[in-house]
Amino acid sequence: MSVLVYTENWDGKFKKLSYELVSYASALAEMLGTTVTSVTIGETDDNVLKELGRYGAEKAINVTGDSLKTLDNQAYAKVISDIALKEGSKVIILANNNSGKALAPRISVRLKAGIGSGVSKLPLNLDPFTVYKRTYSGNAFAHLVIKSEIRILTLAQNSFEVAEKPENIVLEKVQSGIDGSLVSTVVSETQKQSGQVILTDAEIVVSGGRGMKSPENWPPLVELAGLLGAATACSRPVSDEGWRPHEEHTGQTGKIIAPNLYIAVGISGATQHLAGVSSSKYIVAINSDKDAPIFEAAQYGIVGDAMKVLPKLVEAVKNMKK
Amino acid sequence: MKILVCISNVPDTTTKIRFAEGNRAIDTTGIQWVINPWDELSLTRALELRDDPSNGIKSVTVAHVGNADSEPTIRKALAIGADDAVRVNAGSSDAYFVALQLAEVIRKEQFDIIMCGIESSDFNGSAVGGMIAESLGIGSVSAVSGLSISNNQPVMTREIDGGREVVAMTAPMVAIVQKGIAKEPRIAAMRGIMMARTKQIRVYEPVPAEPLTEVQVFEKPAPRAACRFIEPDNPAQLIDLLQNEAKVI
Ligand SMILES: Cc1cc2nc3c(=O)[nH]c(=O)nc-3n(C[C@H](O)[C@H](O)[C@H](O)COP(=O)(O)OP(=O)(O)OC[C@H]3O[C@@H](n4cnc5c(N)ncnc54)[C@H](O)[C@@H]3O)c2cc1C
Repeated sequence: MSVLVYTENWDGKFKKLSYELVSYASALAEMLGTTVTSVTIGETDDNVLKELGRYGAEKAINVTGDSLKTLDNQAYAKVISDIALKEGSKVIILANNNSGKALAPRISVRLKAGIGSGVSKLPLNLDPFTVYKRTYSGNAFAHLVIKSEIRILTLAQNSFEVAEKPENIVLEKVQSGIDGSLVSTVVSETQKQSGQVILTDAEIVVSGGRGMKSPENWPPLVELAGLLGAATACSRPVSDEGWRPHEEHTGQTGKIIAPNLYIAVGISGATQHLAGVSSSKYIVAINSDKDAPIFEAAQYGIVGDAMKVLPKLVEAVKNMKK
Repeated sequence: MKILVCISNVPDTTTKIRFAEGNRAIDTTGIQWVINPWDELSLTRALELRDDPSNGIKSVTVAHVGNADSEPTIRKALAIGADDAVRVNAGSSDAYFVALQLAEVIRKEQFDIIMCGIESSDFNGSAVGGMIAESLGIGSVSAVSGLSISNNQPVMTREIDGGREVVAMTAPMVAIVQKGIAKEPRIAAMRGIMMARTKQIRVYEPVPAEPLTEVQVFEKPAPRAACRFIEPDNPAQLIDLLQNEAKVI
């Protein structure tokens, strides 16, 4: 009956996201009167797995096998589906990140389980099972009824508070029976970003738009981000122009993020931009045009020239840290 | 090789969303319908691949599940350059229903590379591509930001959290594409628009499939509190508010 949660490992470790998922699963399990089981694919240390117990998981299943070394959507979806069946899980939770989006639909077909994707809060109702789902790129929310007996939810990153709920966790190691013929993904090269805060993981994001005028003007913005432990982001025209790397583009056609704080500098606040950032808990806007639509989405605003305001903000943060 | 590009018909991305039928549907009056932005980019990439003979792509077909009302969007895809089109004659009730219809089209007509966008800008479900692949029991690669053909095989760049990978997969397969797949969407030229009129749209009736989800009601996002303005020469006050009022730094 348990709630099953897919806790992805990154090089043998968990990220905060995994604890958010388990915390969400625990809260949901409590509503349903059941327990939480996690599944992790690939070699993961016992001590790492045990950490999940701190957020409410009572059982951690670790599946390993030669054919599961890199993400193959078909094989991974089968592993998770088989465990869900064995555990009799009625709800399966994944992150609404790249891998969650790759796996959830495949599990859905295997188990004939409806998906509530990108949820950010607990279900509104258990009977019928109803979730609150972002639609129209954030311009509307739907009360979505999942009619199937098994339900899949993908949780938006940074939308659910990590909460401790210590449980005695049991570890179960499973050698996968997946044979190689199901694996069709051949990875020839892997590049990983290092040393920077990853945009989708970041709790604070400092973002620049066309109002930054030219790529030479970015240093104070980057410095501000560094001081705040923030990731840097940008609007689409900025990445289209090649002023900033594509990974930084946020919005409808870029990354969708929900940090605690989003600082938008020289960004007008077009609907397509807001589609990617409107779930941020706080938005600060710095813009020279007092009528820019970004101020309608922001809680705090400064009307002024970014080139003058940014250095002063950098100073103010330095003073705060003293 | 044959490419299929799945396209979704969505309100223009600047549309102010209003509801109808007791908030159970959106009000379609005055809405301008467009090809879902991801699908437009996906189509663009498919056409680029076809137009280079060394890739050996024989044709690019677009498929859409929707009523006859959505034909202008299909014609637009044909005008941009798709060779032909398929429409499954049914309202799109949920991702599962749509995916099963598209899987059936693929079983009938056989394609090598099936391209889907990472999400539709209306339902934001990120589900159809993966569901098609699983229904057909074939491989899928998600978050694809680059696609080329090498030795008759699709080779892709896929985004992973905090990095990217180069992956190959034997066709038939589903590529679920996102930003980066093409630079700018291709625009229909006058000649394309003329030619689109004579291109074929094959219409199939839907196969029976039970949707797994249903929207009960829509609502507007909660309104945000009004913006509080801080004087530009006093950023220290902003930092103070972020630290002590919002408690986010
Ligand atoms: C299908 C589609 C998808 C799209 N997807 C995205 C997306 O994912 N993300 C995205 O960002 N956009 C997207 N767009 C583009 C979007 O419509 C806007 O064009 C874009 O967001 C504008 O970027 P911007 O705010 O940086 O630039 P602008 O709109 O040019 O705004 C620049 C702002 O800077 C201000 N400014 C100027 N000088 C200064 C100064 N010295 N100091 C302070 N402020 C200053 C100006 O007042 C203005 O508000 C999409 C568009 C379409 C059609």
